[in-house]
Amino acid sequence: MVSGSRAFEYAPAPESRAVVDIRASYGLFVNGEFVDGHGEPFKSINPADETVLADIACADATDVDRAVAAARTAFDTVWGPMPGRERAKYLYRIARIIQERSRELAVLESIDNGKPIRESRDVDVPLVAAWFFYYAGWADKLPYAGFGPDPRPVGVAAQVIPWNFPLLMLAWKIAPALACGNTVVLKPAETTPLTALLFADICRQAELPPGVVNIITGAGETGRALVAHGGVDKVAFTGSTEVGRQIARVLAGTGTKLTLELGGKAANIVYADAALDQAVEGIVNGIFFNQGHVCCAGSRLLVQESVAEEVLERLKTRMATLRVGDPLDKNTDVGAINSAEQLAKIRELSAAGEAEGATAWSPPCELPAQGFWFAPTVFTGVAQSHRIAREEIFGPVLSVLTFRTPDEAVTKANNTPYGLSAGVWTEKGSQILWTAQRLRAGVVWANTFNKFDPASPFGGYKESGFGREGGRHGLEGYLDV
Amino acid sequence: MSTETASTTTLNDAAELRAFLRGLPGVDQVGAEERAARLATRSIKTTAKAEAIDLAIAMVDLTTLEGADTPGKVRALCAKAARPDPSDGSVPRVAAVCVYSDLVDVAVRSLEGTGIGVASVATSFPSGRAPLEAKLADTRAAVAAGAAEIDMVIDRGAFLTGDVGKVFDEITAVKEACGRAHLKVILETGELATLDNVRRASWLAMRAGADFIKTSTGKVSPAATLPVTLVMLEAVRDYRARTGRQVGVKPAGGIRTTKDAIRYLVLVNETAGPDWLTPEWFRLGASSLLNDLLMQRRKLATGVYSGPDYFTLD
Repeated sequence: MVSGSRAFEYAPAPESRAVVDIRASYGLFVNGEFVDGHGEPFKSINPADETVLADIACADATDVDRAVAAARTAFDTVWGPMPGRERAKYLYRIARIIQERSRELAVLESIDNGKPIRESRDVDVPLVAAWFFYYAGWADKLPYAGFGPDPRPVGVAAQVIPWNFPLLMLAWKIAPALACGNTVVLKPAETTPLTALLFADICRQAELPPGVVNIITGAGETGRALVAHGGVDKVAFTGSTEVGRQIARVLAGTGTKLTLELGGKAANIVYADAALDQAVEGIVNGIFFNQGHVCCAGSRLLVQESVAEEVLERLKTRMATLRVGDPLDKNTDVGAINSAEQLAKIRELSAAGEAEGATAWSPPCELPAQGFWFAPTVFTGVAQSHRIAREEIFGPVLSVLTFRTPDEAVTKANNTPYGLSAGVWTEKGSQILWTAQRLRAGVVWANTFNKFDPASPFGGYKESGFGREGGRHGLEGYLDV
Repeated sequence: MSTETASTTTLNDAAELRAFLRGLPGVDQVGAEERAARLATRSIKTTAKAEAIDLAIAMVDLTTLEGADTPGKVRALCAKAARPDPSDGSVPRVAAVCVYSDLVDVAVRSLEGTGIGVASVATSFPSGRAPLEAKLADTRAAVAAGAAEIDMVIDRGAFLTGDVGKVFDEITAVKEACGRAHLKVILETGELATLDNVRRASWLAMRAGADFIKTSTGKVSPAATLPVTLVMLEAVRDYRARTGRQVGVKPAGGIRTTKDAIRYLVLVNETAGPDWLTPEWFRLGASSLLNDLLMQRRKLATGVYSGPDYFTLD
């Protein structure tokens, strides 16, 4: 007889690493070939156990030159003149290969980034394929996109992407650029270059003409050289507000097109009449998805005071079921923090929260000894003036504030230099519309959070950036309009 | 408000009950389905799977509810319940055998000494369309024949028209007729249309004295689903937090594979919590499920699948 009343322990269920072949070293992908870089190579490590995964070439200014030149040639001779319906075929082919190699991509993403395999498998990679499918569809329909009868591509796009969704951000950048007839030089983040380099292999498998997609690796110096390069016509950047500002300064007055997708400090507003169990689920999804390494994370919970206690209690119960650990375990909900640097930043802001008088709570959870880990944390007693309510933590740390009236909720939600996303939870449709109309945020989710779709434009207000990615709107940044 | 039956609930109580049920937090269907679907991706392997299979077997209410049921079929089912795999004594016995009320005595005699309870459906199962007196007579007969558990159906018509007082009264009346037998209240969620209704019906049944709330008769499609069971598990969790009384949950109908069963156990584990992970508080109403559990159990132990002919069909 089985006796109960004890936790049902899930045995380890690791996804096999055997599907991925990580090479000892990687070069730069320029003009369809892997070539050596001229900068000092660096290492990409597995944040879950700090083991070295591969040596990565570093592109210096001359490598950037070569990559931009390759992109220019490809634009002038092949990709720019190619009819949209032909470009579409390549994009569809890439999308299908991504689906075929989805397990490989998901495992590699989890190894290099630290995110749970459940997310890379069920969220990241399916969205990556969806993005390519979606923009493949636009390639031969650009005259009907509302940008004139014959919109032209801008030319060579320099694209710099972050480490939180390495492959998905690549897709957000490359798919619309290619669909519109541009060629690209893309720089992945220095801590997560591996899936971009695997994508280079996919481009070759799809027989994409050389030079259409160039991938160069390196840190800030490489990125600076790329965005400041005189040969690029368009810069797209996703990352921190600080770096975004530097880029805007460099490009001011040059005529180079720029779109920026920067930080956020999203408010997740829970009204008293919300479906509470699903709201709690949405709060968890809003802040603990991808370890909180999400620019649109719902990092400020604004909960109506009459249900605050109940919501917090339910939230804590739910947080106690979060499984933190090995990113490759199929049952892991929260993986590793991406880098030592990011972990230090999260710890610093967390400490500031406690020093300023907020109260931290984490469920009991055993963190692995090796690697970079931070337990899911919720701060109560947070004031608007606290750093943890104002600065982007970019980690699994939730700040809880309360409000009494809808006006107060909106005022508090908007009282931030950011404006990327927001959430509204209520069973009352009119309340959703009233609130959403007043929120200054690029995306407002109602009774859900962190939902992405290639057909839906995404982007920010204020210091969260400008320009839109996704949907028909996402074409504009890559068309000469 | 119903006037045709002797009401134990006053008009005022019924109004209070209706207001209470309406005041429960809503269920967002999209969110609930998403949560259930995500929990269904849990990967339960090796030792955890072995543990889950044995637990699931011990939670089965082995059921036969056909018009064509015979004493012989019930006896065969009882033998299976006591010793699910004749070739392997380490297999746990099931929780209960579930039959129609007229076959309770056959089941009780067959199960003597096994410790397995007999559950009987009653109250004009599965439609629940009969006068209260007939439902109570049905219940009393089953209890008199030795049923340890009564699975009653609620009057969905009354519930859906808003006559929650009538449903409440029927449940309390049947509960009284049960005496010491445990009362499982079947909500027939396939007819309740919304998850909001599932939550309200769960609370209604619990407040009326249900020892268990059960999803379905198995005669209506859809029968048990993960989102419905999720909402019911949230309800029993919240009800215990508020009143201190623990109520069990039984999904029934449509649970056929080991994979299905394990998904329900994961749902229990991560929603109501491990306190519900025992046959005392969670049951799986099923018939063909048992053989799949046995087949997977043997596969796990020996590394190879045995054909279906190596497991008895009862």
